[in-house]
Amino acid sequence: MAADVDAGPADSAGPAFDPLLPYRCSPSVALRPEPFGALVYHFGTRKLSFLKTPQLVVVVRDLDQYPDVHASIEAAGVSESQRPAYLSALAGLAANGTIEERS
Amino acid sequence: MKLVDHFQYGLNSPICLTWELTYACNLACVHCLSSSGRRDPRELTTAEAKGVIDELQRMQVFYINIGGGEPTVRPDFWELLDYSIDHNVGVKFSTNGIKLDKKRSAQLARTDYVDVQISLDGATADVNDHVRGPGSYDTAIRALENLAEAGFGQPKISVVMTRQNVDQLDEFKSIADKYNAQLRITRLRPSGRGADVWDELHPLPSQQRQMYDWLVAKGDSVLTGDSFFHLSAFGEALPGLNLCGAGRVVCLIDPVGDVYACPFAIHDNFLAGNLRSPGGFQEIWENSELFTELRQPQTGGACASCMHYDSCQGGCMAAKFFTGLPLDGPDPECVRGFGEQALAARDGVEIPKSDVDHSRSAPRNSRTPKGPVMLTLGTRPDKSCDPSPLANPAALGPASARA
Repeated sequence: MAADVDAGPADSAGPAFDPLLPYRCSPSVALRPEPFGALVYHFGTRKLSFLKTPQLVVVVRDLDQYPDVHASIEAAGVSESQRPAYLSALAGLAANGTIEERS
Repeated sequence: MKLVDHFQYGLNSPICLTWELTYACNLACVHCLSSSGRRDPRELTTAEAKGVIDELQRMQVFYINIGGGEPTVRPDFWELLDYSIDHNVGVKFSTNGIKLDKKRSAQLARTDYVDVQISLDGATADVNDHVRGPGSYDTAIRALENLAEAGFGQPKISVVMTRQNVDQLDEFKSIADKYNAQLRITRLRPSGRGADVWDELHPLPSQQRQMYDWLVAKGDSVLTGDSFFHLSAFGEALPGLNLCGAGRVVCLIDPVGDVYACPFAIHDNFLAGNLRSPGGFQEIWENSELFTELRQPQTGGACASCMHYDSCQGGCMAAKFFTGLPLDGPDPECVRGFGEQALAARDGVEIPKSDVDHSRSAPRNSRTPKGPVMLTLGTRPDKSCDPSPLANPAALGPASARA
């Protein structure tokens, strides 16, 4: 499916993902553009992961410009039918530290 | 398109780049993939090496695998290590442990963003030293002791699997546990001096199955550099990238700046260019004729009709090339036995040999006559280092990569 994003199991400790809150891409993370989307590198955990659609890259990159996660998803033009898949992917990215709640 | 399909067409920058800093080595392992021993006078200078690191930082290559030769014998090794880390290019380096005394171990323990990989090819001194040379087992263990004492977080123990050490897998795991290290096992390739000893050292067909079963049962916390993807044809795919990454997600920079498709392919046929030429490394990665060709869709050739082709992808390019097999046919260690058939049918085929050879003419670490001689190896010296092929690339676990 289009939003088949490798976000991994949301099994790590930390606060639950809440798309109604403001988030940001972690300052410890670098996004490297790739033909499929982007490669994510976390300098803290030294883990590589992948954003498998260009739209997801936009959502993640611009999270800090919106009051909540939903607004970033909408701004990136993600279709309504894809929203659950994106939310699920973002929950995984929150669990592995790629994105984090901002105050 | 699945992620792995994208990888076949190449990435903007390598995920996994191996950089052999020097051909100089204090050891002379019989299976050295880069035929190391003597320093090459054309080696990149400190300034040139720093320029390469700057370029890798610009290309967002987030970490590199440094090997050799024995990289720590370069006088500027520690300087380059710090420079790389300071430029957001993390380093994992492979070493036989020769320079990892208490002082260096303490220094490494204080350094963030560095991984250390100690090469060990036998869980006992007799098995290890027959391949890596007398005293090399003790050197490796001493380094592991020093790192543990200094509180260095989880070094890796890197093992090249051979006919002699497959039965020691559990013992390797115990050694890793003892020193709070992570075990990493990789495949023996007939590259460099490895070509001379491959017939004697490469695991037997029954041992291939043994390794596969062991990885399936106990391999969760064991790294493989994704080097056993040819074994996936036994059944379930092993974790990791089941794909030859040569020139697509992986490449090698050698000590003189030559860029090859993978660390196991030091041969003119797999030489993409030299980074001292205009455009540097990025130009080669993006536009070299060789890498462009490697990123074309592969047909599978003689393997295309095999039901296991999807899982093994025809195996390892270097293993085929250096055993004289066609690149579009089965891997010499094809689990269905087609490789053995192909090897038997080689009749008169000239086996390609690399003309890049820095072996010392007189083996410094020649075997002592005492003790059982398990291997009847030729006259070539031996040396260390096993940089990884798909060494710690992005094993595509669900979210993340297992280095």
